[in-house]
Amino acid sequence: MAKAPAARKAPVAKAQPPVPNRERPDEPKLYEASKEELLEFYKQMLLIRRFEEKAGQLYGLGLIGGFCHLYIGQEAVAVGLQSALSDKDSVITGYRDHGHMLLCGIPPKDVMAELTGRQAGISKGKGGSMHMFSVEHKFYGGHGIVGAQVSLGTGLAFGHKYRKDGGVALAYFGDGAANQGQVYESFNMAELWKLPIIYVIENNQYAMGTSVNRSSAEDQLYRRGESFRIPGIQVDGMDVLACRGAAEEALEWVRAGKGPIILEMKTYRYRGHSMSDPAKYRSREEVQAVRDKSDPIEHAKKLLEEMGVKEEDLKAAEQAIRKQVNEAADFAEQTPEPDPAELYTDVLVERY
Amino acid sequence: MAIEIKMPALSPTMEEGTLAKWLVKEGDTVKSGDIMAEIETDKATMEFEAVDEGTIGKILVAEGSEGVKVGTVIATLDGEGEEPASAEPKAEAPAEETEEKPKGESEETGASPAQEKVETGARQLFEAAKHDAAVADPALPEGTEMERMTLREALRDAMAEEMRRDDRVFVMGEEVAQYQGAYKVTQGLLDEFGEARVIDTPITEYGFAGIGSGAAMGGLKPIVEFMTFNFAMQAIDHIINSAAKTNYMSGGQMRCPIVFRGPNGAASRVAAQHSQNYGPWYASVPGLIVIAPYDAADAKGLLKAAIRTDDPVVFLENELLYGRSFDVPKIDDYVLPIGKARIMREGKDVTIVSYSIGVGLSLEAAETLAKEGIEAEVIDLRTLRPLDKKAVLESLKKTNRMVVVEEGWPTCSISSEILAIAMEEGFDDLDAPVLRVTDEDVPLPYAANLEKIALVNADKIVAAVKKVTYR
Repeated sequence: MAKAPAARKAPVAKAQPPVPNRERPDEPKLYEASKEELLEFYKQMLLIRRFEEKAGQLYGLGLIGGFCHLYIGQEAVAVGLQSALSDKDSVITGYRDHGHMLLCGIPPKDVMAELTGRQAGISKGKGGSMHMFSVEHKFYGGHGIVGAQVSLGTGLAFGHKYRKDGGVALAYFGDGAANQGQVYESFNMAELWKLPIIYVIENNQYAMGTSVNRSSAEDQLYRRGESFRIPGIQVDGMDVLACRGAAEEALEWVRAGKGPIILEMKTYRYRGHSMSDPAKYRSREEVQAVRDKSDPIEHAKKLLEEMGVKEEDLKAAEQAIRKQVNEAADFAEQTPEPDPAELYTDVLVERY
Repeated sequence: MAIEIKMPALSPTMEEGTLAKWLVKEGDTVKSGDIMAEIETDKATMEFEAVDEGTIGKILVAEGSEGVKVGTVIATLDGEGEEPASAEPKAEAPAEETEEKPKGESEETGASPAQEKVETGARQLFEAAKHDAAVADPALPEGTEMERMTLREALRDAMAEEMRRDDRVFVMGEEVAQYQGAYKVTQGLLDEFGEARVIDTPITEYGFAGIGSGAAMGGLKPIVEFMTFNFAMQAIDHIINSAAKTNYMSGGQMRCPIVFRGPNGAASRVAAQHSQNYGPWYASVPGLIVIAPYDAADAKGLLKAAIRTDDPVVFLENELLYGRSFDVPKIDDYVLPIGKARIMREGKDVTIVSYSIGVGLSLEAAETLAKEGIEAEVIDLRTLRPLDKKAVLESLKKTNRMVVVEEGWPTCSISSEILAIAMEEGFDDLDAPVLRVTDEDVPLPYAANLEKIALVNADKIVAAVKKVTYR
């Protein structure tokens, strides 16, 4: 975990060093988190996990309808990356968006009330799980069409550059979206125009029911930018410190005006693609093995214990989160549905 | 025998051009591929190459000549070994009848009968687009000074004025910057605003429609030009799923103020994949504003309004109209209201409702009908969504008869929408069934004769009006 340059693998030591034909980012290091920082990461991951478990529960009760995609298992990715952002930066993702929203600072009850389709929801109940936004928190969705957020996010980056506001766009997409054509149209323009964007491929290994190997001719997704001269880094997405370390490296690259960068986060979702997915395409053992060996929250917990954080402090943190999530769920159940008149509002901004 | 070198058609809609410069002189030998002249169309300067070998005999059209019709003999070429014959000038020779290129954009159509001959359907549309509104826009103060300009210039001025006014406005698309626009609509913008605001994109409609939408969500005001709306089908997901729905899905907090613009509808002999009217497609989508102007004044005033509004706009232009000139008010900041139709000609016997290039045909039909004693009121919808139902119903109340004219397919069209409105909300005012006059319900064919049959024309409108007026 040393941050000192000496700790890095030194490629110069090799007898026949490969000479890169263009500049590449350094291999990211594990982030050296203080006890307080790591505790914060732990809490954030736990909030997402408990929030999603609750959402799954409410879905089972019929309080949440439609499509609902849970982020359980992937928490370290968003926590590691978004903890490195500044308030100038913008975030956009697809439909597995609840966790990213919580990390943008959107209150859990606003998100949960949207899931239950209530007036108090972040989109007044008109968006639902897949279509949530908060301009105030620079969270730009929440998009239901696989891959759309990649071009839209590139547009956000275009805006940062156009306004010269120093911001960076963080655009998440999955291993499935990585095969969409518009992703490559966007890569091309982003590199051509040196846009400040981090493309984050959350590779949870299944595009709904199709594994990466069955859908991707180049399954090392961090290499997908090669044709556009966009460098890529593969990251252990189950380790929050590795994720944060990668974010540091990527942000340094992008903020230096070197154009886009790709982070492939190797991660895993424990639940089905959506609530209605029986997940027959993988074995129960496979899921269990990841849970047992690579769970990001357990990993962080172990590190915290090693750093001397007391069991009861972790318990207290957990209890506070449970309480927060339960309150959000109670609120989302009780707060009223939108007024029928709301049907006709917000179709257009102006009157004609 | 001397070979005649004729003024070439350098684009599908070109009818005439300026012979800017001769690069050869009489007596020069040329071989195939040699550049003989530079010819300017309203879109570009093109080099004109020799096809045959020989000696330039006589130059019949001097350099600098403007308005040289396609097909005019501009020089003669003597074959090898021939005496440079001083060919009899046939300078005013009309285009050959076999000339397949439909004649395109020309303000002053020659008086020669051969040139008035209508060859294709697009030609009919184009000819009819000479018609100015018979009544002035009532929104204009009386005595407003007018300026004659092409639709293309009006659109360019609208963009330039809005870009001067608001630095969030930028334009992106294929060939919009260095090439000055595939149809020269963005001519001069790069010079004035620079490459940060006038942006050439690769040929990736889906990608840049998404980038534009994302930039709009992030607070900018993009104008995304599609080289034609046919190519926007690659990008329609972002227009509909990203741009149109964002405000609603976010409960009104995230906006997408973007203008998607470009030519729409049938051009000239470009056949099925490049000739379709997307008006009805986009007009069916809540959350979008859809504008399809006919004349240059509306094009300018409505494009400025489109750029200013906070809603996403699909702005449908017409390639055949780009080179047409109309009166545009000389007003500092000419902005028109979105969603308001306009009476283009007043009448009491029948209402003809149309939009875009169909308005020209409707005005032409109205002139013909007037000679037969039928006074037609012509309404230009201008905005297809939101549709100005009130204007349509008020006119129906007055005339009790209605024909809807649309350069587009009949099924699930703007016409069928107007028919539904007339039936649902104007039933008691109807003295006859409302009829629609549209293109045939087929992909647009390439063959000149078939294209002509497939497209809407003024005769079909006249026939429909006679039907609803029981004449």
